[in-house]
Amino acid sequence: MTNEDGLLSISGLKIEAETPDGWQPIVNGVSLTLRKGEVLGLIGESGAGKSTVGLAAMGFTRPGCRIAGGRIVFDGIDLMDLPQSQLRALRGARIAYVAQSAALAFNPAHRIIDQTIETAVLDMGVPRAEARRNALGLFAQLQLPDPEQLARRYPHQVSGGQLQRAMTAMAMTCRPDLIIFDEPTTALDVTTQVEVLAAIRKAVQEHGTAAIYITHDLAVVSQMADRIMVLRNGVEVEEAPTRQMLAAPRQDYTKSLWSVRHLHKPAAPREDVILDMRDVGAAYGKFRVLDGITLSVPRGRTLAVVGESGSGKSTLARVVSGLLRPEQGEVLFKGAALPPTVDRRSREQLRQIQLVYQSADTALNPRQRVRDLVGRRLELYFRMKGREKERRIGELLDLVELGAKYMDRFPGELSGGQKQRVSIARALAAKPELMICDEITSALDQIIQGEILKLLMRLQQETGVTYLFITHDIATVRAIADEVVVMNRGRIVQQGPKDSVLSPPYPPYTDRLLASVPEIDPDWLTRLLARRQEAG
Amino acid sequence: MLRRTTPAAWFGFTVIVLYALTALFAPLIAPYGQTEVVSPVPYGPWSAQFLFGTDQLGRDIFSRLIYAARNTIAISLAATLLTFAIGTTLGIVSAVLGGVADVVISRIVDAIMALPQLIVILVMLSVVGSSVVNLIIVIGIADATNVFRLSRSVAMNVAVMDFVEDAKVRGESLTWIVFHEVLPNILSTLVAEFGMRFCFVVLTISALSFLGLGIQPPTADWGSMVRENATLISYGDVTPLLPAAAIALLAIGVNFAVDWFLHYASGLRDDQ
Amino acid sequence: MRLILKTIMERLALAVLTLFIVSVLIFSSVALLPGDFAKAVLGQSATPETVAAFQKQVGLDRPATERYFVWLGGAVKGDFGNSFSSRPGAERSVVSIIKPRLWNTLTLAGLTAAVAIPLAISLGIAAALWRNSWFDRSVNASTLTTISVPEFFVAYVLILLLAVKFPLFRPLSTVRPQMGFAETLENLALPVITLTLVITAHMMRMTRAAIIGVLASPYVEMARLKGAPPLRIILRHALPNALAPIANVVAFNLAYLIVGAVIIEAVFVYPGIGQALVDAVRTRDVPVVQACALLFALTYIVLNLIADLIAIATNPRLMHPR
Repeated sequence: MTNEDGLLSISGLKIEAETPDGWQPIVNGVSLTLRKGEVLGLIGESGAGKSTVGLAAMGFTRPGCRIAGGRIVFDGIDLMDLPQSQLRALRGARIAYVAQSAALAFNPAHRIIDQTIETAVLDMGVPRAEARRNALGLFAQLQLPDPEQLARRYPHQVSGGQLQRAMTAMAMTCRPDLIIFDEPTTALDVTTQVEVLAAIRKAVQEHGTAAIYITHDLAVVSQMADRIMVLRNGVEVEEAPTRQMLAAPRQDYTKSLWSVRHLHKPAAPREDVILDMRDVGAAYGKFRVLDGITLSVPRGRTLAVVGESGSGKSTLARVVSGLLRPEQGEVLFKGAALPPTVDRRSREQLRQIQLVYQSADTALNPRQRVRDLVGRRLELYFRMKGREKERRIGELLDLVELGAKYMDRFPGELSGGQKQRVSIARALAAKPELMICDEITSALDQIIQGEILKLLMRLQQETGVTYLFITHDIATVRAIADEVVVMNRGRIVQQGPKDSVLSPPYPPYTDRLLASVPEIDPDWLTRLLARRQEAG
Repeated sequence: MLRRTTPAAWFGFTVIVLYALTALFAPLIAPYGQTEVVSPVPYGPWSAQFLFGTDQLGRDIFSRLIYAARNTIAISLAATLLTFAIGTTLGIVSAVLGGVADVVISRIVDAIMALPQLIVILVMLSVVGSSVVNLIIVIGIADATNVFRLSRSVAMNVAVMDFVEDAKVRGESLTWIVFHEVLPNILSTLVAEFGMRFCFVVLTISALSFLGLGIQPPTADWGSMVRENATLISYGDVTPLLPAAAIALLAIGVNFAVDWFLHYASGLRDDQ
Repeated sequence: MRLILKTIMERLALAVLTLFIVSVLIFSSVALLPGDFAKAVLGQSATPETVAAFQKQVGLDRPATERYFVWLGGAVKGDFGNSFSSRPGAERSVVSIIKPRLWNTLTLAGLTAAVAIPLAISLGIAAALWRNSWFDRSVNASTLTTISVPEFFVAYVLILLLAVKFPLFRPLSTVRPQMGFAETLENLALPVITLTLVITAHMMRMTRAAIIGVLASPYVEMARLKGAPPLRIILRHALPNALAPIANVVAFNLAYLIVGAVIIEAVFVYPGIGQALVDAVRTRDVPVVQACALLFALTYIVLNLIADLIAIATNPRLMHPR
């Protein structure tokens, strides 16, 4: 690179992963350049190769992977020719890394301060006291409360949002030229995410550090990056300055990345109620997780229950499905009281309420074929056998747009979206009246999420099934709900028809929740922070 | 499937097949009977007539080695089968049921396991005395604790999966959950464990016989053969090592096969 | 600090409870004695009178719970009653049989542990550091071999090589009174080497596995991305988090050491507690068997307790609660 202020140049990068069938490419000819102080957003779905490219910028590959071709030049140094010892000297000192889950990436055995200053003290010979002072300064800069105390703590004593900021401080202690941020806010709740994003952006700007910001969330990356590169299946789709990319994406694939956000189902008014919860409370041991829950689910409609982790929304699903006995209150299904636990419910009651899980990986028995996964409910509830059962399985697979050809596959032979379709087909086999969907799209890529949501809406129109839809994602609520319940710390904060809940005036929690959801607008975070500063 | 079979695995299979054939056709292979006194000379040298010489009573050591394969393997297999019948059933039921049943069974097993296994066996044998049936029952019970613990812990990992919860929510019986949802997912672990436990039982029975507490004379058994001929060692004669080597070879063979199986089974999961 | 005290008290209580259940199990083996047991001990020629006298002497005529508490009360004070080999006029207490032998076994086990534990842990760390090298492979192969080979095979091979072919050590480890330390060492060399070979492999493999398990965790990848050199990654980032499983493996192997000792003592004709146990089982001298079993259980439980305490001491979640 001849450019004076060029920092990183990757050209024709090829990375392969070892599989039972030999080495398979996972990154296939990616090239990028980064100037000093510039932030490049790498965006793509799972399997796009974005983390692999990010790590390669440090001359690092995960076990079982190898760099098969191309060049990686950092500040004039060719990383591919560099001996391991010199690569190690670069890492942590001039190129630093911030991992997705700080809770896992901090060593549980050492205090936060000792990990933060490890590279500075042990590899760069900075005196301990000086490194410590510097680290405390960075903690303060990243808006961590009480840096002195935080320094002495062990990772498990600190919340996820604070750990993520501490990890950013750790990355910055040696004043690196480049930081790789690998999905640093993905594991956080939206309200926490805003704080971490703001802190990272401020710190990176003030130190003039260049960064590669990896994420699957277009709204997040548009707050952080000067330029965005879209990756898919290890190949670049397109690259452009952030505003240009958002205003005029050239490729269809890029446009489809924000398709979910354009789904919007017009809310239908309720006619009839299928499920009633009256003053329900529940607890795990002494720990109360649900308190005074009173709500009703309209028949043939979708009630979305939205809240952050720990809000009790999944517990609510467990109470309705009979997996957790409520401590108080009652649950009425079609006007009749529902027995509190599964073993007291009749087979007919079990059939009418079906549960679809967040992760199809753990919800589908890996040793059973699709035929058995879907067919078992037909045997159990309708005593179907042979031809009739076979025909019905085929119908159900058609209904979820998979087709009978998938009948003999094992779950391991299906993609994430296909597995979730099998889960849905399996629930539909029971001809349920109420389907509880517990975060069923949150483990999926954006495009697949859109497809599954469309499928669910179509199924509701065709079969009149009712959804109790548990989610943390406001875009999903907009896409599918008729009515909304907002939960926080085991209580209902707000409930009502979608349009009234999602438009002002809001109760304070709903306001904070909605305001924290990033929008695909590069100025969103700036505006939000300004607004908050005004409000004091 | 056989494409990725390693030389070590081939060695393991060959050993297992050879031992199985020897055990099955012992009377056809052995030149003499297992208790037959064939020579007036005790501790006779290796010769064309008596391949590995004769023992302290003048019996043919080669023939006794062959019969010992049959005796040791049959008894070990019976004990291992008993071990698994008790251990896996209780283990999976404990994991799936949880609650009081699990606590009570686990506590008792923990207490038995608070004693080293050989000691448990020795205490039980001191009460009931050594006979083939007693040996099988005592080892079967004592060793079932290990299998219980393993099957409970692997079944536990499966029992917390959503698909087991789904089976409960759709109204399946305990039997269905144990045999259709849990067992297929832990089968490969159990098969591998069967191989390991079998080795362990062979070693235990040999150790007991070596101590004079296992298979009783005049029945031929590798452990007691080492003991009976041990004095020869001080004259630099390797004959007493032969039965010990026979045990070692079998155990190594089974271990190699199990190692390969574990690799194969984990590869199977990745491929799917 | 409260949490940690509570945890330690829980472990202690659990250990005592386990010991109690074990004592019941060991004792009830006598209660389950089959009817012809007296004949088995006294011989087929025993008259009904001698059988009755024996049963009275053993206490089989009194209720089991009463006998249990008498036995347990005695055991706590170090009195295990009389051996079945006692005859009127020539009484032999269980303690007089066990006590001198217990010391011998502890010497053997202690020497072996002193050699084997540091050896196994350092070899395990080395194997983890150089995993997939020739060193690691040979470690793996030798482990697989030693866990497949009977203890007495190892012992006889060593005797054949180191005592018969090249007479460096004594083939038998008979004990004379007032042996000096040097003589004890020479006397015990072969059994110690044998036991070390038997338990080192397993400990080494498990140490390696514990460290490699930790090496796959995200915080170790993070350490690599911070540029930490391999040795520091193992010692600073992996080892502290692998101490608990390693402590467990060491405890397990020390307990196994005692079992291994039963067989090794038989090979080397070493008058330890294992020999006493084997003789007692053969003659069905139940009081001696019970006493030995209780001692083994006590050792095993104490070792596991220590491993548990190490696990607690190395768990920051317990040492530094939120």
